[in-house]
Amino acid sequence: MDFDGATFLEALRSDALFQGVQLTIALTVVSFVFGIAIGLVVATLRDSRRRPLRAFAWVYIWVFRGVPTLVQLLFVWDALPQLVPALKGEWFSPFIAATIALSLNEAAYAAEIIRGGLLSIDDGQRLAARALGMLPRKVFTKVVAPQVVRVVIPTAANDFITLLKITSLASIISVHELMGYTQTEVASSFRFAEWFAACAIYYLVIVSIFMAGQAWLERRFVWTSVARGPRSVIGLPAMSRR
Amino acid sequence: MTEPTREPTPEPASRPAPYAAIGHLLDDAQIRELEARPTSDFVVEARDVWKRYGANEVLKGISFGVHRGDVKAILGPSGSGKSTLLRCLALLEPIDRGEVHLDGVRVGVRESRGRVVALPEATLARERRDIGMVFQRFNLFPHLTALGNVMIGLTEVRDRPRGEARDVAATMLERVGLGHRAGHYPSELSGGQQQRVAIARALVLNPKVMLFDEPTSALDPELVGEVLGVMAELAREGMTMIVVTHEIGFARDVASRAVMMDEGVIVEEGSPDEFFAKPREERTRKFLDAVRT
Repeated sequence: MDFDGATFLEALRSDALFQGVQLTIALTVVSFVFGIAIGLVVATLRDSRRRPLRAFAWVYIWVFRGVPTLVQLLFVWDALPQLVPALKGEWFSPFIAATIALSLNEAAYAAEIIRGGLLSIDDGQRLAARALGMLPRKVFTKVVAPQVVRVVIPTAANDFITLLKITSLASIISVHELMGYTQTEVASSFRFAEWFAACAIYYLVIVSIFMAGQAWLERRFVWTSVARGPRSVIGLPAMSRR
Repeated sequence: MTEPTREPTPEPASRPAPYAAIGHLLDDAQIRELEARPTSDFVVEARDVWKRYGANEVLKGISFGVHRGDVKAILGPSGSGKSTLLRCLALLEPIDRGEVHLDGVRVGVRESRGRVVALPEATLARERRDIGMVFQRFNLFPHLTALGNVMIGLTEVRDRPRGEARDVAATMLERVGLGHRAGHYPSELSGGQQQRVAIARALVLNPKVMLFDEPTSALDPELVGEVLGVMAELAREGMTMIVVTHEIGFARDVASRAVMMDEGVIVEEGSPDEFFAKPREERTRKFLDAVRT
């Protein structure tokens, strides 16, 4: 077996991978935030009373979920500037292209997750909020949204981790995120095992950190007055202790 | 968060006898205000209200009014349109034809170039603020504590500062006997307690009329009394109420008028004494016999 421990440690400690990690996290978080925002709009349109809007949302989800993410990335980076001359400027960097492609892609998934969350809220909740005289905006932000967030945390977190791994595709359009740096290093050193192992460990570390974040978020959304433990999905609800 | 003082609020214990005693629900000022209003005027009035869902005609020309301080009990079989009527009066459902008046003012619509059009939701929301509504399934907000549920109308509808809203809400919770449960979430409360929080949530906004949609139908039998107790006290203090209920005893003892609804029309209306003792209509008699057994 040929695995050089020293090279592996060197890879783990390299500035290159650490910079790659930062870009991976930035690309994931930015794309996720935009994805959620666009997804919220698409989810609302999906159940709109107007037929053309519903159709638009359906087509959006169909396209961005159906076309491989890699194709979408290449399309935005290579094909879009050909179609839209304004994108030929210096500012249109691989990072911006990747953010656009991944956000649009993520939005298709987010829309379905959010829609599922919206459908899960009992009609009585909106009814009660409206009966109090709340304006439509408040009904959403104060009553519906907090309950949707709780419902979608597990699915959205799963989706976030998927997105994190998908950002590695951006290396194809020369974004220097974690995967991109790893490939550059591998190309000059030919130490595949050491560098890919280091890269894999970095992905695991980032995922673990965000999983801890998910657990923290889920605990925040347990609506009981007693000590906040993990919420049981099959057992009895937490009983109140006095 | 400040824990409200733990007064020995009368927790309705094991008393089957009619209704649990409860302290005052409204401020003296509120009660005086209610008493000062002329009793002759309708607080809420329906004039020839029609409502259909698809091909199903649910309300077929309902006309009735509720005077200040009146407690109207609406009885009738399920599907007779009672709940729909309440929702139309609460401006939660648009009506197809007819008029709803609140304090003598037509609500839910405006005139536009000689035509009557339904108001947009945001404007309807403002008109709803004078109407309190209590639902069969409580519909408390699960992400808020009991106190938070009572506060939300004050902070988000009346724009009161949080500190003040908290004090007012805490007082209201005390009055419905739940001061010691302020920090609990709905999932930690019994059905009776949840419904009392729901009543407090509506009451704290100082409504002109309270609408109750089968408020005890989802409750275990032993929890019905504590909710009816709160409602009886509210009636005694002069609140105008419309109560859709199957509780014959409550309707007879507390209501000032009893109304029988069936198939989208009002079949009979009368004082509880004659309504329950010797109903004029055959349909009323049959319904009462069925409910009593």
